[in-house]
Amino acid sequence: MATVLHGVGAATALSASKSIDSRKFQLPSRRSLSERKGSFLVVRSDGRMVQGSRALRAEKLITNAVATKADTSAASTASKPGHELLLFEALREGLEEEMDRDPHVCVMGEDVGHYGGSYKVTRGLADKYGDLRVLDTPIAENSFTGMGIGAAMTGLRPIVEGMNMGFLLLAFNQISNNCGMLHYTSGGQFKIPIVIRGPGGVGRQLGAEHSQRLESYFQSIPGIQMVACSTPYNAKGLMKAAIRSENPVILFEHVLLYNLKERIPDEEYICSLEEAEMVRPGEHVTILTYSRMRYHVMQAAKTLVNKGYDPEVIDIRSLKPFDLYTIGNSVKKTHRVLIVEECMRTGGIGASLTNAINENFHDYLDAPVICLSSQDVPTPYAGTLEEWTVVQPAQIVTAVEKLCQ
Amino acid sequence: MVLDLPGGKVVLTPEMRFISESPEERAQCYRVLDNDGQLIMCSNFKKVGEEIAVKMYTDMVTLQTMDAVFYEAQRQGRISFYATTIGEEAINIASAAALTTDDLVFPQYREPGVLLWRGFTLQEFANQCFGNKADYGKGRQMPIHYGSNKLNYFTVSATIATQLPHAVGAAYSLKMDRRNACVITYFGDGGSSEGDFHAALNFAAVMEVPAIFFCRNNGWAISTPTSDQFRSDGVVVRGRGYGVRSIRVDGNDALAIYSAVHAAREMAISEHRPILIEAITYRVGHHSTSDDSTKYRPVDEIEWWRSARDPVARFRKWIESNGWWCSEAESELRNNVREQLLHAIQVAEKIEKPPLAELFMDVYDVPPSNLCEQEKLLGETVRRNPQYYPPDVSL
Repeated sequence: MATVLHGVGAATALSASKSIDSRKFQLPSRRSLSERKGSFLVVRSDGRMVQGSRALRAEKLITNAVATKADTSAASTASKPGHELLLFEALREGLEEEMDRDPHVCVMGEDVGHYGGSYKVTRGLADKYGDLRVLDTPIAENSFTGMGIGAAMTGLRPIVEGMNMGFLLLAFNQISNNCGMLHYTSGGQFKIPIVIRGPGGVGRQLGAEHSQRLESYFQSIPGIQMVACSTPYNAKGLMKAAIRSENPVILFEHVLLYNLKERIPDEEYICSLEEAEMVRPGEHVTILTYSRMRYHVMQAAKTLVNKGYDPEVIDIRSLKPFDLYTIGNSVKKTHRVLIVEECMRTGGIGASLTNAINENFHDYLDAPVICLSSQDVPTPYAGTLEEWTVVQPAQIVTAVEKLCQ
Repeated sequence: MVLDLPGGKVVLTPEMRFISESPEERAQCYRVLDNDGQLIMCSNFKKVGEEIAVKMYTDMVTLQTMDAVFYEAQRQGRISFYATTIGEEAINIASAAALTTDDLVFPQYREPGVLLWRGFTLQEFANQCFGNKADYGKGRQMPIHYGSNKLNYFTVSATIATQLPHAVGAAYSLKMDRRNACVITYFGDGGSSEGDFHAALNFAAVMEVPAIFFCRNNGWAISTPTSDQFRSDGVVVRGRGYGVRSIRVDGNDALAIYSAVHAAREMAISEHRPILIEAITYRVGHHSTSDDSTKYRPVDEIEWWRSARDPVARFRKWIESNGWWCSEAESELRNNVREQLLHAIQVAEKIEKPPLAELFMDVYDVPPSNLCEQEKLLGETVRRNPQYYPPDVSL
């Protein structure tokens, strides 16, 4: 896992350590299949890349946590203009690139094959790779997750799609008792490089059962990693990193973010699974968030800037483990923390993060950590009620004002 | 009159006829050797040569002896837990004998004989039961939760029937790689009630994967008899419900099991289809060392199955009648194996337990910072208060 411990090493400023070295850019990844078949790079959970047994030559990849910004000029001058796409297309692009690169990568889930996936993430892939590699399964989440685990133990790299994250509650037994455990209980003999992904979170009036935040329930399972994407850039990067990881990874997408548009690089890149993303550097307060709440936070940030505040916004991205290095550096700078999450108050990611910050950075805090979360209620259907179970920008502004008094 | 539906054509009838909940006759049970170990007239079976037959027999005896010795060891407090396979030796060994080592095995927990057949040594079994440093599982699982990637035997997971979908996934992987191998997965009558059983059979049929589903219907799920487990005619009839070819065999007849698994394997691989085999047998031992089955079933029933229906004795009669075995060989084998087992236990008991560092390894491929921190903390705690911790466990 991430070998960086908080406080270790020359605490280089965040932007410098993540600066983009233009020499690391490589040619566009649209090479022929035969050229690419031999190379095989594995992302270890500590972010290092090691060559797999079939590597022919090393590839240089970018492991940026941060999307290319206009002021980091080294990036934009050396790179090509990039291409615009929507988040679900970015996920598909990442998936397709990995399937091209490694014939062991396969997809399984309900309606992922010929239908192309309920959120179109796998559209066109069954036509291209055949319906064995992009497999439509009957409706039994515990079983197709179990199937993915069995396939992973036998050498494939499956991506299991839950049509909605909430359905993966049915797969909890396999995820907790087998996915997270078998590498450990077998003494390291069998590994499970599986990716479990799907949309979750509160949508637009999807009802309580389809608005679950499963990251709360899964965060306790030892042996798995959890990441949440929020932009097309990090969606593609995290998808690719998750597929290459030797550990089981759960990738949380959000139902309302699939149609976000962004310009992403043409060059191949991956995002580190254990790193948080600095969205907006600031001085006054650290706001930690992830997934859809990032956008509510950024909206609140506009208001806050107008009122004279300078919030630092970090998209934590890695839900298990937390990137305490990035978070810690921020806390040490601002001394005030606000967590904005979509999970429920009890037992959510925010609850764990609050605890982690209090334990590790207690001396640096000038005020208690404030955590804004959804209430401990099932998500109602009525639009107005649903809107108020989710943290709104106005609440974020009020919380920051309170913190900064 | 025919109705054209998305699933195919269906013949219409004006008669309202319900399909009966149970068939007129129960599904027949395939058997090759009679109770006295003699070949039944005109039995149709896959012939077994002397070498294989003798290995099958010696492995069955080894399994039986291993169970007796390890059970005793648990009773003496030397290991914490054990579950025997008494009464199911034929199932274990004969099914393994009909497969190759390339075939992947997804066990429930009452199939150590498959490992034994493939070459797992008595010392390796003992090491796992003692959870010492030499255990391949590194002391992380309870006794009898064996696993060996080199013998293609996937580590036992205590949860019931979760290995069935794993088996389907592995078979899917074999199919994708076009390998000349199949998957076999074992479960009991109780396991067939789990949701994973139904979905796995369904998936295997829909995906047309080479998987053998082997049900050890031994009559008991801890204290639940099959009459309280399901109301169908056993497990074999469920195959048809999912479109899976199935057969019922006499689970105490080694030759019948051997033939059925052999045929199933061929069909599974060449036709890309799953096969369900239900072996009718009896769980002679208790569910585990935590159970006393005399509390819920009559002692004479247990004893009858232990002696009159012993699959090992039955097979011995057959190999003896072929002139491949004799009573001297018998006593020599039993003494030998018992000695080896006692020695293996002594050795395993003396081997060190895994160091504390192993508590944190293999949770992920590389330990993350939080686990490194926790390991450090634990180490400090142990160093500060050594009097509370066992002295023979290193850090």
